[in-house]
Amino acid sequence: MLIGVPRESSPGETRVAATPITVRQLRDLGHEVLVESGAGLAASHTDEAYAEAGARIGSAAEAWGAEVVLHVAKPSAAEIGMLRDGGVLVSLLSPALDPELVTALAARPVTALAMDAVPRISRAQSLDVLSSMANIAGYRAVIEAAHAFGRFFTGQVTAAGKVPPAKVLVAGAGVAGLAAIGAASSLGAIVRATDVRPEVADQIASLGGEYVGVPADEPQPGGGTGYASVTSEDYNQRAAEMYAEQARDVDIVITTALIPGRAAPRLLNAEMVASMKPGSVIVDMAAGQGGNVEGSVADQVVTTPNGVTIIGYTDLPGRLPAQASQLYGTNLVNLVKLLTPAKDGQLVLDMDDVVIRAMTVVRSGEVLWPPPPVAVSAAPAAPAVPAPAPLVKAEKPAMSPARRSALVGLGAAVLFLLTAFAPNQLVGNLTVFALAVVVGFYVIGHVHHALHTPLMSVTNAISGIIVVGALLQLGHISGVVTVLAFIAVLLASINVFGGFAVTRRMLGMFTRGPARTSAGSAR
Amino acid sequence: MSLTTASSAAYLVAGLLFVLSLAGLSKHETAKAGNTYGMAGMALALIATVALAADDLEAAAIIAIVAAMAVGAALGIWRARQVEMTGMPELIALLHSFVGLAAVLVGWNGYLSVEGAPAGEAEELGLAVEIHSAEVSIGVFIGAVTFTGSIVAFLKLSARIKSNPLVLPGKNWLNLGALALFVVLTVVFVVEPSLPVLAVLTALALALGWHLVASIGGGDMPVVVSMLNSYSGWAAAAAGFLLDNDLLIITGALVGSSGAYLSYIMCKAMNRSFISVIAGGFGNEGAAAVGGGEDGEHTEITAADVAELLIDARSVVITPGYGMAVAHAQGPVADLTRQLADRGVDVRFGIHPVAGRLPGHMNVLLAEAKVPYDVVLEMDEVNDDLAATDVVLVIGANDTVNPSAADPGSPIAGMPVLRVWEAGTVIVFKRSMNTGYAGVQNPLFFRENTRMLFGDARERVEDILKAL
Repeated sequence: MLIGVPRESSPGETRVAATPITVRQLRDLGHEVLVESGAGLAASHTDEAYAEAGARIGSAAEAWGAEVVLHVAKPSAAEIGMLRDGGVLVSLLSPALDPELVTALAARPVTALAMDAVPRISRAQSLDVLSSMANIAGYRAVIEAAHAFGRFFTGQVTAAGKVPPAKVLVAGAGVAGLAAIGAASSLGAIVRATDVRPEVADQIASLGGEYVGVPADEPQPGGGTGYASVTSEDYNQRAAEMYAEQARDVDIVITTALIPGRAAPRLLNAEMVASMKPGSVIVDMAAGQGGNVEGSVADQVVTTPNGVTIIGYTDLPGRLPAQASQLYGTNLVNLVKLLTPAKDGQLVLDMDDVVIRAMTVVRSGEVLWPPPPVAVSAAPAAPAVPAPAPLVKAEKPAMSPARRSALVGLGAAVLFLLTAFAPNQLVGNLTVFALAVVVGFYVIGHVHHALHTPLMSVTNAISGIIVVGALLQLGHISGVVTVLAFIAVLLASINVFGGFAVTRRMLGMFTRGPARTSAGSAR
Repeated sequence: MSLTTASSAAYLVAGLLFVLSLAGLSKHETAKAGNTYGMAGMALALIATVALAADDLEAAAIIAIVAAMAVGAALGIWRARQVEMTGMPELIALLHSFVGLAAVLVGWNGYLSVEGAPAGEAEELGLAVEIHSAEVSIGVFIGAVTFTGSIVAFLKLSARIKSNPLVLPGKNWLNLGALALFVVLTVVFVVEPSLPVLAVLTALALALGWHLVASIGGGDMPVVVSMLNSYSGWAAAAAGFLLDNDLLIITGALVGSSGAYLSYIMCKAMNRSFISVIAGGFGNEGAAAVGGGEDGEHTEITAADVAELLIDARSVVITPGYGMAVAHAQGPVADLTRQLADRGVDVRFGIHPVAGRLPGHMNVLLAEAKVPYDVVLEMDEVNDDLAATDVVLVIGANDTVNPSAADPGSPIAGMPVLRVWEAGTVIVFKRSMNTGYAGVQNPLFFRENTRMLFGDARERVEDILKAL
């Protein structure tokens, strides 16, 4: 199958749909690759590099006329016209927002796959362009903010005085938000992050951020799509108070809040922006969808009267063209892998595969958009989804307090009766027994999982203590007793000595990693 | 200070040393000290007992004691030196059976030297004969169940008999019936102690022990072994009641309850009910529902391709299972780990709590192969990282990585598993496409990010090493 990679014609598009590395991978799958001359220049890939990777260099008409066309930006009308009959176009299409483009594509006998319509399920993660681009955008947003910010991110104590670290607020802990948190905290800033989903607090913390929650009565539903969804009136009120408070305190705000198919939610109003310190920077990553911040303008940098810079770039991934092309290209390779299961260069569009079905906007001139919904959230509300934890709980309701106290009471009563009616000697024995049982439970309460086997072999050795019983019976009365006791001593001795010896041998094997300890001391 | 009070004091100290020993064994740092405490406690207990017994024994008896212990010690240490770490479960099961048998013998001796002794020669008791008889019967019962149970476990683990669960019709009723019969026999024995009754009781207990473990499948062996460990403790405690010996009671109860707790941890890891394990023969409910299961296309891969994948990976997680033990692949796996670590790949191990045939079995094998224990992580520690892992090597594990645990209709529903399928690529080392011990088909093999590498795990890992 011939794969064409045309040069991007949209103004400002710096990415390219294949790099020399992904060209090689595509060829490994049995495909031929044709790259339009100059396609990779903006991403620092020369024609020679492509040729070396095994691609043919050709004209725009050749690239667009290939059986499969890999592209980044939405195609123009002229470009759609260049597609061959029966050809396949893979590109970002935003079909939900651009129905005219879908109609235009359907006017031709072609098939179009939208890379931005990959469902958010684990299996499709490797083709999820939105994630890979959001990751880059989040990183770049921090870099843009650092560039516009007049001070260090990291705190320092120098001979010229003390520098406090910058405070960064990241709104929305999706892929972009998490990338921004990671980038900002690795620059040394104090990072706080908010999200409507309190369960992401751990992820925020893992990247060095601090979770700032909105005090809420009801959990905010994730909506079963893997994306955040619309929140309630009351919640928005409290969120606004939280943002107002944060805005006064922080130096940098990066907003990433997007709800698919809707205008971006307004997080910061003009008043909050006005309350920020002069020199503060806001990066509104949702500027293209109406903006999270009042006053942000798509693709522009605005400075407010009180000296706050609002960056509204919508091409953040394109500002790292080489990186973005590589990740986008790899996503495409993973898609092509999915489409050529036999690795023989034969394209198979399996409409029963939810991933491919969801991405297919147009097939041979027939509009297939929108696809049937794919539920992906791990919430218990979605039945089609693996949700082991809630299931277990449903099966095994915790013992009710009444039942538990009844059981404890019963046990105590039995023990009481047994002891009360027992002769003196037995009372002593039972006391010792009961206490030893309790000690046994507690003493291994926190045993390390790796030591289960040594623990078992040591308890096994210890239970060889029965040798004591056999010893006490030796030499009593009849010969039979002595013989039996002799055998018992022998068996139990095997246990005692074997058990301890094998435990010793095992414990001798457990060693801590030398690499880590030496690395520690080298530092 | 008389000899009796001195020995009681020694017993108390020994009991405390055993507590310290178990406590020490819960952490790596203190584990060796724990083992030493255990040995010290045992030495103290033995010296005190021999001194006490030597007081009224002839020289010949003392020589017999020393000879028995010397032979036992020689055998025990020889086995301990010889055993391969993969054979650890068998050894431990076999050792449990010795404790069980010793408990039976001690119980029989108890009867022979009191109730069964010729008139006038019976030992004096500090309590009613009826209580003594009841103690004999309970002690013999627990000991016999432990004995045959451990023997069956040993045979199953060493593959001398099939590890498939034995399914007798109405097996739960058989077990319950045996218990009821035991109660009846005990009552008879207490009222009228006689040798035939004790013999029948012993035979019944032996049969019950056999049946309990025979009806448990090989995959549930970790629970069984730790359960038998617990039983052997209770057997020792019962002997302690019989002989009015506090050291035996303390030690037996310690081992019994800690073993029970360990079994409980195992059960939680497999999402099984603790009661049904003790009762024996769980894991068969819903086995009928398995049948065909869903099949699909699996993709094979060669060792050379795996090597390439591993070189390109940034992070690798290895999830071993019983198959690694069977193939003795831990050495090559450890080499692989070192080679990849030298190339800057982040290699870690994810151990399912019930991987292998013994609690902590995998950890011991990896320790033997000199894999540092700080890269060997528990399931919960590694599960959330799996999605960010490039390559997962599943070596000889099956049920512990089965995604159908999330499916309520599956026999292993609700069992916590390693979510390996979230990783970039999963390489499954497997001998064939057969199902695991639970008998459940594993949809993991048919996932599109899964590659199957068939053959002996050891040879395949060595192939990868060559390719590297």
